Amino acid sequence: MSKRIYLDHSSTTYILDEVYDEMIKYLKTFFGNPSSFHSFGREVRKTVEESRERVADVISAEPREIYFTGGGTEADNTAIKGIAYANQSKGNHIITSKIEHHAVLHTCEYLEKKGFRITYLPVDKYGTIDIDALRDTITDKTILISIMHVNNEVGTIQPIEEIGKIAREHNIYFHTDAIQSFGKLPIDVNKMNIDLLSASSHKIYGPKGSGALYIRKGVRIEPLIHGGHHEMNKRAGTENVPGIIGFGKASEIAKKDMENNAYKGIGELRDYLQKGITEKIADVFVNGHPEKRIPVILNVCFKYIEGESIILKLDGKGIAASSGSACTSGDLEPSHVLFAMGVDTALAQGTVRFSLGKKNTKEEMDEVLSVLPGLIENLREMSPFSAEFEFPREAGPRVKHKH
Amino acid sequence: MNYSEKVMEHFNNPRNMGEIPDADGVGLVGNPVCGDMMKIFIKVNKDTEVIEDIKFKTFGCGAAIASSSMVTELIKDKGMTIDDALKITNKNVIEELDGLPPVKKHCSVLAEEGLQSAIEDYKKKKQKNG
Ligand SMILES: Cc1ncc(COP(=O)(O)O)c(C=O)c1O
Repeated sequence: MSKRIYLDHSSTTYILDEVYDEMIKYLKTFFGNPSSFHSFGREVRKTVEESRERVADVISAEPREIYFTGGGTEADNTAIKGIAYANQSKGNHIITSKIEHHAVLHTCEYLEKKGFRITYLPVDKYGTIDIDALRDTITDKTILISIMHVNNEVGTIQPIEEIGKIAREHNIYFHTDAIQSFGKLPIDVNKMNIDLLSASSHKIYGPKGSGALYIRKGVRIEPLIHGGHHEMNKRAGTENVPGIIGFGKASEIAKKDMENNAYKGIGELRDYLQKGITEKIADVFVNGHPEKRIPVILNVCFKYIEGESIILKLDGKGIAASSGSACTSGDLEPSHVLFAMGVDTALAQGTVRFSLGKKNTKEEMDEVLSVLPGLIENLREMSPFSAEFEFPREAGPRVKHKH
Repeated sequence: MNYSEKVMEHFNNPRNMGEIPDADGVGLVGNPVCGDMMKIFIKVNKDTEVIEDIKFKTFGCGAAIASSSMVTELIKDKGMTIDDALKITNKNVIEELDGLPPVKKHCSVLAEEGLQSAIEDYKKKKQKNG
């Protein structure tokens, strides 16, 4: 097989060489416990704190507002459960959206069982939440609004500055899952009135199992993990030092990339791929907002065929993409995001997400564009459906959709 | 999730894919909303009730396509009568494919049902035509 092509960066990225080089020192030479007082500990503590500054810098936060976690899922859990349990005396109502990642949705479903009331805001056909619906659902019992910055399946960017403003006006905490946007889109937690923000290292060329939660100073949460006094009593456990160092380095590089407008070039590649696919292949539908969409994601429905079969065929050609999101393909359920956007369920079964990264090239896009039409045609030949034999109109009732 | 080599082989080189325009029986099972739908066409010898030709068209994942391909291969060129064909179960399909991931077992059930549905259609048409 010739060189493989990776177009699944929103699932995870490789580690950059500079990140790896930094990390390896903390696996080999500097092994001390950052909580220790001796020199072995102190030299590690110093770099952990530098990493905290680097992460904070990406979102214009103060270093002491950054708490390292074991990844994005933990950051989401800590934020939502942490605010919920710390504010039970004030209220029990949480507002989120129908298109959040399962790390948020399943946490909210868990809290529902514990007596909290959750509102799942609808979205329009582009996957943008309804700001008026948000205003209308706020009650004096609302303690938290949790809306993601960028959706991981379709890439739509939410109006988080507006949401932050509304939250602040009503004195409600605002959490945003920024795992797909951190280090890729400009974020200023102060301008955007964000109180809590989740970030993850392995989406920005850092190591897996490493992330952070930003908590605005003065905001109290109930910690998820109890133990020692690590992370200012908010996340016990001896630090994952190489993970933190790697995340710090990856954050520093991501910030420089943003300053150098690196994502403009990636966006142009994405648009080139989109144009090629929509021109060369009939009956394709691009999902997500036409403009307010992160430049790395292209989500497309190929009508009359099923997504996994497309992924398998692409994989056979050495091209890695995903159908919706990694966990969606394990679920077999068509995507809850596309469902919330009103995409026909049969059509949603034929979804592929291409997500681009820093090292993708135009040649790679050309390679995809040269193999994809044939492979789609091949699968369509196999399908009983076509313009002559359409999907059933009301293809069947969708009983309550499980998130 | 991992597919066996046999599944991948059938997915990449499906046997008996296509339609039989003047089929004696057509089975249509599944629902695109749930992610798979299978159409099975059979040509039956009216005197011997032997299935002389079988083809499929499938909307679905790798396992659904491989299961359709396998069920047609189990019938084709074996001189199997409709009664013998009705004895084929999803377990046979799974075994012949060297296994399917647990979440994909339903694809083999669909293949069994597709075949049965095509045979039922043949029987119904035969009754109607006397
Ligand atoms: C929007 C969003 N939230 C949460 C997560 C979970 O992050 P992690 O894999 O670091 O636990 C992901 C990544 O899959 C994501 O894309």
